[in-house]
Amino acid sequence: MVMSKRPIMQTLRTRELVIDIPGRPDGYPLDLNIEPGQIWGVLGPNGAGKTTLLHTIAGLRAPRSGSLLLGEQSTAAMKRRVLSQQLGLVFQDRQDGFPATVLETALIGRHPWLSPWQMESADDVAMAERALEALDVLHLKDRLVSTLSGGERQRVAIATLMTQAPHTWLLDEPTNHLDLHHQVAVMNLLTERAKAGNAIFMCLHDVNLAARWCDNILLMYPDGEACWGPAEHMLVPNALERLYNQSLATVEVDGAPFFVPKRG
Amino acid sequence: MSRPLLKPLLVLAFVSLASMVLSVGTGSVSVAPGQVLAVILGEGSNLQQTLVLELRLPRTLSAFATGGLLAVAGALMQVLLRNPLADPYVLGLSGGAAVGALLAMLAGLGGFLVSGSAFAGALLSTLMVFGLAHGTGSWTPSRLLLTGVVVAAGWGAVITLMLAISPTQRLPGMLYWLMGDVSYARTPWPALGLLALVCLLVAPLGRSLNVLARGPMQAAALGVAVRPLEWTIYILASLLTATAVTMAGSIGFVGLVVPHMLRLLLGNDQRLILPACAFAGGTLLVLADTLARIVIAPEQLPVGVITALLGVPTFLYLLYRSR
Repeated sequence: MVMSKRPIMQTLRTRELVIDIPGRPDGYPLDLNIEPGQIWGVLGPNGAGKTTLLHTIAGLRAPRSGSLLLGEQSTAAMKRRVLSQQLGLVFQDRQDGFPATVLETALIGRHPWLSPWQMESADDVAMAERALEALDVLHLKDRLVSTLSGGERQRVAIATLMTQAPHTWLLDEPTNHLDLHHQVAVMNLLTERAKAGNAIFMCLHDVNLAARWCDNILLMYPDGEACWGPAEHMLVPNALERLYNQSLATVEVDGAPFFVPKRG
Repeated sequence: MSRPLLKPLLVLAFVSLASMVLSVGTGSVSVAPGQVLAVILGEGSNLQQTLVLELRLPRTLSAFATGGLLAVAGALMQVLLRNPLADPYVLGLSGGAAVGALLAMLAGLGGFLVSGSAFAGALLSTLMVFGLAHGTGSWTPSRLLLTGVVVAAGWGAVITLMLAISPTQRLPGMLYWLMGDVSYARTPWPALGLLALVCLLVAPLGRSLNVLARGPMQAAALGVAVRPLEWTIYILASLLTATAVTMAGSIGFVGLVVPHMLRLLLGNDQRLILPACAFAGGTLLVLADTLARIVIAPEQLPVGVITALLGVPTFLYLLYRSR
């Protein structure tokens, strides 16, 4: 049994991190502290480098400069398997290689926790089923993923991350393809995870979801500039209008600002 | 989870054994299944001893080893390229091996040197395809597949050229080798050993392969060291193919048809599919070779003709169905 203990909740830090987007000058170096219990939203227009940042933090791409630390340890020096016990990522686009059922897909999340000779145990299956239940896709568990709708696939992907149970959750547009109810359900689930001590770091396109659920915001401008901080300081009309190059009207809903793009 | 893996494998192992007994018993002089086992245990007449132990059993075992090697190699390639149409033969490996073998035959060499030369040709082709597909940029499945197809076409042209300039008396041997024929095989034991060894080697990699089948980025995010794993698969698949081609010439489509059928029946868990491929691929080739021996007896067909007749429609059907 090589099943390691749950890792101690650690802060994920980027130090002078500059992401590598080929053909673009260096962006503003990022010094983020992504702490347990926080929910980060990354906002920016198309092509600002949100996905690249997420992949860099997940260790799937090398940064142009700077480093990533998990606790005091550099992630570059960690083994992939150990790293993926601590960091998990939901991708924006997924490719179907061979046909697989929903349950098989979610079970893949246990991979970093099992030794090469180990088969998935009943506990692992139960864990995957709990995750599918939480994402409201348990009734689809024997269906092939390729037969699901976009929103159902998105929820299966999040359930896979939940089965992986890393400490830090990285998500690339987790509300993509989701209907309104499931958008809220997913954001509530992420809030729950944060309360349980997980760190959540996600790219979002919907400013209003970010305003409602995120406590920290990173704004990424297309020219490489970036600023970050508590949500209430970052989500101000001026900054957002400059970010998206779009004039906005602001209304208040449930005591929180709600941004609506103006026509023309 | 481990019991559902065991049952299909036991069934396949039994089917393999039955097909081998059938194959050994079938021919100009037939031997009953019970008799086959008795002879293997050292009983029976001198004639039966010679017939079974010296003539038929080595050939049957060679067919089994060749089929198993090709099917496992095909399954590995399909995971590597995330494409159910991948097959070591589509990737130009057999072309390289054929050119190697024909060069040796053209030079009037025989026996071991033909095999060695075929092996060298297969490995050379592997290095070429992977080196060129890697190039300066990234290493995408479509690039690899296209490079393989083009290299295979190149080998095809070289083969035609060699056949055109060969002296007439060498042609029949060359053609037979190109069509794939188990009767060329010498001893089955090294190939059987390699097959067993590779099945053991890939067993602990099975789950990593399942993850890799979801795409390299997802695999990396789940803790798989993608690049080393991809190289391991490619080298293993090349080694398996080169060994099979060296034993029996170009036998196509086993690596395509067998994994595909098994995936339809048993799902996509590579921990099950890979050993299942060894059994089912071996069984298919044993049966195909038995057929090749008896269809126009006393003449024999090259077994590659039989597998191609099975494989081409399957391949076209798959292409037609794929979107």
